[in-house]
Amino acid sequence: MDLTLIICLDILNGIAMLAMISVGLAIVFGIMGVINLAHGEFLMLGAFAATVSTNAGVNVWVSMLIVAPLFVGIVGLVVERLLIRLLYGRMTDTLIVTWGLSLFLVGAVTTLFGYTIPGISAPLGSVKLGVYSFSAYRLVFTGLTALTFLVIWSFLKYTRWGIIARGTTQNPEMASALGHAPHRVYAITFFSGSAVTGLAGGLIAPLTGVVPTMGAIFVAKAFIAVIGGGAAIVAGTFAASSFFGAVDTLASFVWTPVIGQAAMLLAAIILLRLLPRGITGRFLERRI
Amino acid sequence: MRDVCNSGTLFVVGVATAIAVLIPQIVNLYLVIVYSNLAIMALFALSLAWVWGYGGILCFGQSAFFGLAAYVYAVSVINIGESTAPFLLAVLVPTVFAAVIGALMFYGRVSDIYFAIITLCVTLILYSLISSTAGPQFHIFAARLNGQNGISGFRPLNLPGRSDDVLGPVESFYVCMTFLIGCYVALKFLLSSRFGRVVVAVRENPVRAELLGYDTRWTRTFVFTIGAAIAGLAGALFAVWGTYVNPSLFDLRMAALVIIWVVVGGLGTLAGPMVGAVALQYLGNVLGKQQLANTGMIYGFLLIVFVMLVPQGVFPTMQRLISRWSLRRSQYEMKLLGDDISKGMQGR
Repeated sequence: MDLTLIICLDILNGIAMLAMISVGLAIVFGIMGVINLAHGEFLMLGAFAATVSTNAGVNVWVSMLIVAPLFVGIVGLVVERLLIRLLYGRMTDTLIVTWGLSLFLVGAVTTLFGYTIPGISAPLGSVKLGVYSFSAYRLVFTGLTALTFLVIWSFLKYTRWGIIARGTTQNPEMASALGHAPHRVYAITFFSGSAVTGLAGGLIAPLTGVVPTMGAIFVAKAFIAVIGGGAAIVAGTFAASSFFGAVDTLASFVWTPVIGQAAMLLAAIILLRLLPRGITGRFLERRI
Repeated sequence: MRDVCNSGTLFVVGVATAIAVLIPQIVNLYLVIVYSNLAIMALFALSLAWVWGYGGILCFGQSAFFGLAAYVYAVSVINIGESTAPFLLAVLVPTVFAAVIGALMFYGRVSDIYFAIITLCVTLILYSLISSTAGPQFHIFAARLNGQNGISGFRPLNLPGRSDDVLGPVESFYVCMTFLIGCYVALKFLLSSRFGRVVVAVRENPVRAELLGYDTRWTRTFVFTIGAAIAGLAGALFAVWGTYVNPSLFDLRMAALVIIWVVVGGLGTLAGPMVGAVALQYLGNVLGKQQLANTGMIYGFLLIVFVMLVPQGVFPTMQRLISRWSLRRSQYEMKLLGDDISKGMQGR
């Protein structure tokens, strides 16, 4: 009984983890059609921002929830103004430039901080479930992920800004004719996507090793989730994360975490063979 | 045939042959080994130049086939001993792997961008798979995989069938250059054939090619598989060259390097990326010796600068400059000719 509960919590946490690291990428891809290959490095920057500021004496929650998103958001804004803006409509070039950016950021952070920095430990301790114990921080993490998704969804669905962003995705010329400059929408979108990625980076900092090359570990998973999800930002990421997260966690539980990743990739390739436009390309069309 | 025997191809083959013949005569043994590595990397760049530049297939995981071949060679040569079968196996395994992935993706009509991302993910997941094989329980018959430490100290190439005649550095250099020139000429022949024209047609406009009755799915799968075979050949030669393989063959940096070579050398040519690979590997060797800046940072910077400022790559830009220059010269000659004629008219 307790074991079943623990496995369920583990799966939920695995799903939340995948959803959290993917959603920033999904925002940028869903609204701008841009795939940011430096996404993993944005996560890394978020984790570094949270870790460095916590080690400098800032409260751990403040550094995870405020410092990390703000810092990465600003980095994202600079990147959009300097690079991405010049490459709209050139998808391949955007991919390659953001890949160059990813190499550059790894190199820059390694030069500044070296290969390792002292990490931060997960706050809140653990909760007892019968004979087992479960990290309380992981529970909070799952809750925060759900909250983040809820906020993004209601923002896109109900606010004026959300409607403008969705309108620009569907028809940039029309949005422009109605007085909403697409380049401003894109700049704000890239800022928000980066900030959410920074938040994800900050939140995973206590759960993983914070090293300059940590992005590569997460980036494959995030791509798989976003591509598998398809065009809808919240619904797609949620559906794909639930599917792949469950596959990953279950396979990791039965075999090893590495087999989990391989199983996830295999599931993704089969899924894309069946649904080339992702889950929301077929089902849940026109959802957010 | 006429396409193959044009001056550009003959020039490239001539230069490469001259390098192959002369290098071992004029430099010391250490540099011969360094240049063998450059030849292998040029072959690797050639594979992506073909897949991406001519097939129009954006493959971000070309290094997966390179690394896979290197690992297959290492594992099978430890088990078998004589190097001919392992070498063939090392080319065969990535080829079959690519055929399966390619068929799955292309027959599923996955879009270009998704294909790029999926191939990149394949590489990254191979990286974490191979990295985590540290324990003694991970072995393929006699060969232990050793996780991050990789496999080292296996046999290099020997003459086919004669396992005592192990090739030395100079012979290995000849082997690498022969494969490089051979693959280049073979691709040129393929491109000048009917199939080659279909490949380029599919790159230029897949929908039109399909409407004209060509099966783009099959064409792309085939192009991708050939590319993987060449990358596999390069990977096998790389394992032979260093008698050392480790998971970094599958990491993001390696995957990016081959993209950088093609972008810098020039997309849509075969010679450009080969030159790009040699030049940048050489640069990497120089940069590796200094402590000032991280090489990854410089590679990233180069990639950004080239895509933003020289999007066509060095080689085609130079070709354009030369043709513009020769055009201007011929215009000038025409003008001289015109002046002569008008003078003649006046004289009469």
